[in-house]
Amino acid sequence: MSERQVDGDLRIGVFVCDCGLNIAGAVDCAAVSEYAETLPDVVCAVRNKYTCADPGQNEIKNAIREHRLNRVVIASCTPRQHEPTFRQCVLEAGLNPYLMEMANLREHCSWVHPGDWDGATAKAKDLVAGAVARARFLEPQVEMTVPVTKAALVIGGGVAGMEAALELADAGHKVVLVEKEASIGGIMAQLDKTYPTMDCSI
Amino acid sequence: MGPKAIDVGRHPNIELLTYSEVEAVSGYVGNFSVKIRKKARYVDPEVCNSCNECAKVCPVVKPDEYQMGLGSRKAIYIPYPQAVPCSYILNMDDCLGTTPIACGKCADVCEQECIDYDDRDEIIERDVGAVIVAIGLDVYDPTELDDYGYTRFENVITSMEFERLICAGGPTAGHFIRPTDRERPKRIGFVQCVGSRNAAIGRPYCSNICCMNTIKDTLLLADHYPDLTNTVFYQDIRAFGKSFEDMFQRSKEAGTRYIRGLPGDIEEDPLTRNLLVTVENTTTGKLERHEFDMLVLSVGVIPPKDLAKISGLLTLSKTSDGFFLESHPKLKPIDAPTRGVYFAGFCESPKDIKDSVCQAGAAASRSGALLNAGQITVEAITSYIIEDACTKCGACASVCPYGAIIWEKGQFPVVVEAACAGCGCCGATCKSNAIVMRHFTDEQLIAQIRAILADKPEDKVFVFACNWCSYAGGDMAGISRIHYPSTNRVVRTMCSARVSEDMVLEAFRCGAPIVLVSGCHYADCHYINANRQTVKRVQRLWNKLDRLGIRPERLQLEWISAAEGQKFAKVMVQVEELRKKVTKEEIEQTIKALQEKPKKQRKAKSAKQTEASVSTP
Repeated sequence: MSERQVDGDLRIGVFVCDCGLNIAGAVDCAAVSEYAETLPDVVCAVRNKYTCADPGQNEIKNAIREHRLNRVVIASCTPRQHEPTFRQCVLEAGLNPYLMEMANLREHCSWVHPGDWDGATAKAKDLVAGAVARARFLEPQVEMTVPVTKAALVIGGGVAGMEAALELADAGHKVVLVEKEASIGGIMAQLDKTYPTMDCSI
Repeated sequence: MGPKAIDVGRHPNIELLTYSEVEAVSGYVGNFSVKIRKKARYVDPEVCNSCNECAKVCPVVKPDEYQMGLGSRKAIYIPYPQAVPCSYILNMDDCLGTTPIACGKCADVCEQECIDYDDRDEIIERDVGAVIVAIGLDVYDPTELDDYGYTRFENVITSMEFERLICAGGPTAGHFIRPTDRERPKRIGFVQCVGSRNAAIGRPYCSNICCMNTIKDTLLLADHYPDLTNTVFYQDIRAFGKSFEDMFQRSKEAGTRYIRGLPGDIEEDPLTRNLLVTVENTTTGKLERHEFDMLVLSVGVIPPKDLAKISGLLTLSKTSDGFFLESHPKLKPIDAPTRGVYFAGFCESPKDIKDSVCQAGAAASRSGALLNAGQITVEAITSYIIEDACTKCGACASVCPYGAIIWEKGQFPVVVEAACAGCGCCGATCKSNAIVMRHFTDEQLIAQIRAILADKPEDKVFVFACNWCSYAGGDMAGISRIHYPSTNRVVRTMCSARVSEDMVLEAFRCGAPIVLVSGCHYADCHYINANRQTVKRVQRLWNKLDRLGIRPERLQLEWISAAEGQKFAKVMVQVEELRKKVTKEEIEQTIKALQEKPKKQRKAKSAKQTEASVSTP
């Protein structure tokens, strides 16, 4: 799909995820969503039950089209888990994946501040404000494609290293197996019988 | 295992480098360059036919490592008869000398003429797209547990020594005898959790394999010697896998006594050399005394000693138990945090043979998918240089951990994009603001800082956290539901070295009472050693703050790894305590002191960045 142009005024959409009760149980998601609407260049703020589920992602895609969004902020979980999901989601709606920013309201907020409703909500608002501020300066990026050398290195020639090397080699890949001892086999070669079948280890 | 080893040895797609060690790894996913040291073996494995004539004449006798020191070998030897490659090796540290005056007997008798005293280490270079780390384990040495008497009492042996004593290929040809009198013992005791589940010695984890290994041992003994009695001292029996419970039941049916309780003390009868065990039976609550002919310590397993070295070569991290840290404990258990690197077997966590083989298959599958793809995209987070602003000083090139910036005096530096990993150290180092980090630009981060601290900054602790360790440590605190004060506000950068002086000062200008810079542990930086620059920069900032009359302790520096959720939470508690001590007046004075410094430079850069990013394709 061709990417839509992002020239012109900033149009930011904010999507606040309840994550069931994972976030909504400790953070006032309605208040965060309302607050997001007041931030500069935010044209829509939407609350989702589960932003990563198909209905949640569809809501993002629809909003991108409907509101002609050119920046997206997703206030849900850690980018270390779902950044690829949401980058793909905005790409499917025609937006460069680097125009999406996340605010971590779950691992860094709701899960660690239960029972501190006001504190967690204030923090969530700040994290969203920070993400929106950063999103205003996001630029489309082009990912570089690099070739892959079709060979693998396996470090260690015990039973795991041997198995991995054989699987790859049988699949047609070149493998370099490096073993520091004089022969392969590792600790397993020193065992007599092995459980649960009581057969010889060698 | 034998058939697998043979297949490995003769597979046309496998280049087997034994007696070799990886010395250096450079590059990135899909494009690693590896330097391997092939150590001198002094015997050509291609020519050696394992005739054993060399060993017959070798006058040196040494403890045989393969037999756990229970047998002997010569200075020239084969590790075991079925070894792959099936070749002898000459240990030069043991050898008397290769000159005819010193010895040189082995070469004299070798009809194959495969012994070469002039053999030298060789450095081999290979290019690979993926790396599988399968460096295994070490076995715990129980000597430090003095109460158990290992090495003091000869009839106390480890479970590894047991393997050699019961094995037909062992030093006694499988005849199970006790060390002191070479007689077959009648009463055997097994002690579980030796070096496992023992916080006092820093090994709180379960080694996973020892319960089942002991159960196997009791069945072996019952099978070989029906008149022998087995007693197992344990905390819990963990027989959780397929067919495991069945084996446990069979062991009990074969007469093995299982006593819940670990021995408090072990003594040796000086006359009989038997072992007297004092134990609190926690089922009955009674103190018991047992006498055995022989005692087997069921030793735990520990991370391999090479783990730190391999960790450094591939910028990996470890969990608190010392094994490798995976990308995600449930959803990405095979992948290392470094893209293109995968784990197989014990080095990731204690596991048995079946699980090691399963994980190895998964690692092969994961790396196969990468190799099959033929090409991959890399995240667009690299740096580029604005020549108009650049003073050609070369500071960026000097701090780049990857050597990805090429610079010659008097020339503009050039970023080799394929080699740039995106840590951002160069961007934070550049004094003329001539480097832009894609997707982590100064203006993006400064805007984020300002927005977060726009309202009531005095209530907040401002935290910079690196993506790979500290931010992930924060995630781990979340996943583990470890609570801490809600006053912190975290901004993520790829590396702590991305955090520039100006970013820290901007947070103070915006009224932050405390600023914390956090990254990977000093020697475990995901970007080789970029966080050394973090340290230097923070030290410079401490001096600067001091000069400006700002308490340096308001800027904190902490190393938190991805596995250290607890530490992340603890640090957040500590910085919150520090925050409480910062008064509004102090913050106002700080803002005033910093505003006296001109901010022209950054503004100039922002304008240039916007200009440059528009013109960048």
